[in-house]
Amino acid sequence: MSTAAIEIVGLTKDYPVGFWRKRMRRSLDSLNLQVEEGEIFGFLGPNGAGKTTTLKLLMRLIFPTAGTARILGRSIGDTRMHRDIGYLPEQPYFYDHLTARELLDYYTRFSGYPAAERRDRIARMLERVGLSSAADVQLRKFSKGMLQRVGIAQAIVHDPKVVFLDEPMSGLDPIGRREVRDIILDLKQQGRTVFFSTHILSDAEMLCDRVAVLHLGQLRGVGAPGEIVSIEVHGVEILFESREGRPLPLDLIQRATRTGQRYRIEVPEAELYPTLGQLRDCDARILSVSTVRPTLEDYFFRLVDRPKEAHAAVEVNVP
Amino acid sequence: MSSLPGIVAINTFREAVRDRVLYNLIFFALIMIGAAIIVGQISIGIERQVIVNLGLSAISIIGLIMAIFIGVGLVYKEIEKRTLYSLLSKPLPRWEFLTGKYVGLLITLTVNTFFMTLGLAAALFYVGRPFVRSDVSILVAIYFILLELALVTAFALFFSCFSSPMLSTLFTLGIYVAGVFAPDIRNLGDLTHNSAIQSGARAIYYVLPNFHNFNSIALAAHGDAIPLALLWQNTLYALLYVVLLLLASSAVFSRRNLK
Repeated sequence: MSTAAIEIVGLTKDYPVGFWRKRMRRSLDSLNLQVEEGEIFGFLGPNGAGKTTTLKLLMRLIFPTAGTARILGRSIGDTRMHRDIGYLPEQPYFYDHLTARELLDYYTRFSGYPAAERRDRIARMLERVGLSSAADVQLRKFSKGMLQRVGIAQAIVHDPKVVFLDEPMSGLDPIGRREVRDIILDLKQQGRTVFFSTHILSDAEMLCDRVAVLHLGQLRGVGAPGEIVSIEVHGVEILFESREGRPLPLDLIQRATRTGQRYRIEVPEAELYPTLGQLRDCDARILSVSTVRPTLEDYFFRLVDRPKEAHAAVEVNVP
Repeated sequence: MSSLPGIVAINTFREAVRDRVLYNLIFFALIMIGAAIIVGQISIGIERQVIVNLGLSAISIIGLIMAIFIGVGLVYKEIEKRTLYSLLSKPLPRWEFLTGKYVGLLITLTVNTFFMTLGLAAALFYVGRPFVRSDVSILVAIYFILLELALVTAFALFFSCFSSPMLSTLFTLGIYVAGVFAPDIRNLGDLTHNSAIQSGARAIYYVLPNFHNFNSIALAAHGDAIPLALLWQNTLYALLYVVLLLLASSAVFSRRNLK
């Protein structure tokens, strides 16, 4: 049985607001979460949901109003534990007087690696994030995407057991995003735990063993993307086109969406065969028939649109 | 220097060098060159006194400007630019980060002061004055300036742990000016013959850092010897004050929520 890499119990964060800072605004509300070792865990939620607050609390950049958390069985207040974790902040910014190589060298010194090993690790890491050719350029000349790559490199160069990534795909082009996805999958293959926040749901669906949805500081649901998206079949999508001289039934044309010569219609599962019969009768060419399942995006919107009180009812699999 | 504060200190020094902080040396060099040329022509017999006075004052003022303006940004800049986020995710306790930043700026100030001392020596050499044994007092005066800068930097760092750079600058400058006049505050109280005011003035005198004792520019300019006891007293005083301020800074910063 695997042990928990991250355990969060009742984590709460209030911020003072207003001119006199007497009123408190709750940014995170009694978060309970457990992430197993070796998992890729996606932390989803719209802007202001409390994702970054959670990560900052885990990194001890801010302190909780209530609750506790443990990483690899050790208190988050234990800085020695930080040897085994890596963190990419949201929109990272680094010492711009340093080059990428110098920055990684600076950070890996804290992990106590000897100079020769640091040199090898850094060279390999720069290669892995596609920055070998810019290794000796000062960071003030780097684009946003390049800084993001440096950020990912510094989070994993010291071979951490648990990696926290706050919006790792942010600022990256499609090639960069694919490379980061590959890095995350590599980390999983090496048995590392990856906890990443994102609002790009397709990335989470593609990568994550489990996801949690956070909204207005409250946990709205936790589960495997596969479980979430295969709960029900919404309907069936039929793609078809007419043959010359054979008009299509008017009711189908009115319900379908036309793109060029092709029509797309979505019907309930029970209406599949009658619809196919109609199409056969007018000799229509059937191009494809596919089931329509809710995506992680549908699930996400369903959760964030629900009132706060109802959130417990939509949890799929709370560990 | 492979301890955690040492790693931070080296980076802080490197940042100062690459941000061209040491360019102020050009300004100092211009002052010394100008002074040496002008003093050589208008002063007769007191070239040494004028050059030493001017040189040590310039070393002190330039050092103070650097200590305050870089010191107040030491922590603030790291928070504002969010460079601290990734740094504190490393196995680096906050107090060691603070110590490293402090030592890094101290190294910068020491290197800067070293080059300014060379400039002063060159100016003295230019006016044709041979070096004599009593010139040791110039080096002691420079050492006191460094102690003063160490203390000012510690104050700047302390204030920057909880306030903005502008307020930290005002607070540090205020403490410095009050500290320079600390003995005058005590004397003012003594003049009143009112025991309550006298006690209050003495309390302020003892609480404020006594920057007055670090100023031995006049002694050095006149070639007078600086008492050995003052050397020990100032060293221990500065050391104790700096340690207390670093402890207070760590206590404040360790509880601070970053934005």
